[in-house]
Amino acid sequence: MGEYTITILNFIAIQAIVACGLNVIVGYAGQISLGHAAFFGIGAYSSALLTTKAGLTFWAALPLVILISAAIGMVLGMPSLRLREDFLAVTTIGINFIVESVFLYVPFFGGALGLGGIPSIYLFGVRLRGAYFLYMCLAFLAVTLAVSWRFTRSWAGLACFALREEETAASSVGVSPVRFKLTAFVVGTAMAGLGGALYAHQMRFISATDFGFPLSIMMMSMVVLGGIGTLWGPVLGALILGALPEVFRPLVDYRMLLNAAILLLMIRFQPDGLLGEGGFLRRLLPGRGGANRG
Amino acid sequence: MQLFIEQLLNGAAMGAIYSLITLGLALVYGVLRILHVAHAGVYAAGAYAGLYIHSVTGSLLAAVAGAMLFCALLGVVIERFVYTPLLKYPPFVPLIGSIAVFLSLEEVFRLVGGPYILTFPAELPFPGLVVKGVVITPAIISIYAVSATVLLILWFIVTRTEFGLAIRATSQDRDVAGAMGINGSFAVSMTFALGSAVAAIAGMLVGIYFNQVYPTMGAVPAYKCLALIVVGGLGSLPGAVLASLLLGIGETLLIGYANIPLPRDSLAFIAMIAVLLWRPGGLMGDK
Repeated sequence: MGEYTITILNFIAIQAIVACGLNVIVGYAGQISLGHAAFFGIGAYSSALLTTKAGLTFWAALPLVILISAAIGMVLGMPSLRLREDFLAVTTIGINFIVESVFLYVPFFGGALGLGGIPSIYLFGVRLRGAYFLYMCLAFLAVTLAVSWRFTRSWAGLACFALREEETAASSVGVSPVRFKLTAFVVGTAMAGLGGALYAHQMRFISATDFGFPLSIMMMSMVVLGGIGTLWGPVLGALILGALPEVFRPLVDYRMLLNAAILLLMIRFQPDGLLGEGGFLRRLLPGRGGANRG
Repeated sequence: MQLFIEQLLNGAAMGAIYSLITLGLALVYGVLRILHVAHAGVYAAGAYAGLYIHSVTGSLLAAVAGAMLFCALLGVVIERFVYTPLLKYPPFVPLIGSIAVFLSLEEVFRLVGGPYILTFPAELPFPGLVVKGVVITPAIISIYAVSATVLLILWFIVTRTEFGLAIRATSQDRDVAGAMGINGSFAVSMTFALGSAVAAIAGMLVGIYFNQVYPTMGAVPAYKCLALIVVGGLGSLPGAVLASLLLGIGETLLIGYANIPLPRDSLAFIAMIAVLLWRPGGLMGDK
């Protein structure tokens, strides 16, 4: 594999991690979030600041980064999750715009110049780059998938499914809507934070516009394309949408249009996604994916 | 003082334009309970259609009429082919569909009109005013005149005609309205046609006011106006107008005087979150 392919695969793995986080929120808990890129950005900025300004290593900073992302997710999630679906959708868009503008306008976050000089990651004295960085991302992706899978089997996950299907009925038997939605939100934003940290150390330079609202839509597209609420859907979605620009390279002018058109056709004709119920791939692969739906 | 009044007039003009876009969103939310992000794509389509017809015919009236017709059709097509088939899914499915339509429209504008900013060389048929040193440009006069007229006409249609009654009945309860003999799907399509035609006017006004028409001109209103219908109270028409005017004036004055370190486009969302904390139903919401 060439250097270039590995870089693309790195991005795909990182985006798959973040999309898995979004899937926990949207797929498992049924809460729309159109501001996921904000939490990806919070992870990236925390890791960048902790490793440059506070001088920590990536590994020392990582638990803190995940904690910070989850904590901010919790603070922002608490008022938001009490809102009805449509209000929640607009509020999460708002969170994305506000977080992006805080990164862009507050000098502590580097302002319009962004943050540079983010150190590479070392493991046992070896600098992780190229294929090694990819292996690390894949390892983290495996952890993320394991956590997602574990979540669907946990009490919190079951409570979330119950709330997603019928909130009134679930809360009448003692399942607290806000508590379990918030649990899903925190798990999802923690995964976004992990992805953000990896992204910061892969790019070694970040700026506010990397984490704008279009990225949130991209994440949402990945989840929708792969299959909302399926374990492997976000990974498949990240793989397809990440590889698509490379496949369509000759059609460079029409690339964005094709991306948007694919999203439109998917949501119009297969809103459950490729791996979701009634999905095109689900029928080809019996028994895979979507086991946790229904 | 002169500068302050000019700022105020500019702010109110922006507010009037926001209200024209936001009204369409509020109407659509009323009948379908959908956040119609693609409405801003329709608005940009209005600016492009108006610019094209104006450059071919040279007539501003023909341009307005043509743009309104084109956008009304576009709105109905979006409703028929994207929203109505998706109504049976949870609300975020049509919302994502709407975002996809919006992104596709933006790309179509870029491919058809080119990625650059086009100018809108419209000659308004009346001069500007200077009152006690305060300059009022023809563009601002036309924004005030047109939006006041459109608001009055909309108010008349919605509250005083049978068609408006059908829209209001459908937005209260589509099934019961259907049982009373109201053709729900016709009322929904006509709501889209009405809202989209108004968005076309807004698009042309913005194109003339800033003398700019470009593919991503809908990007900011697309999400900002969602915040506005939330602030106004989802589905409330007077609330939508009030929130738009307040935001237009607030934005302009805050940027001009308070020197806050935030871009003007995030102000709408901050206002929205503040209003939701204070009045969860919005300024004029019923809950």
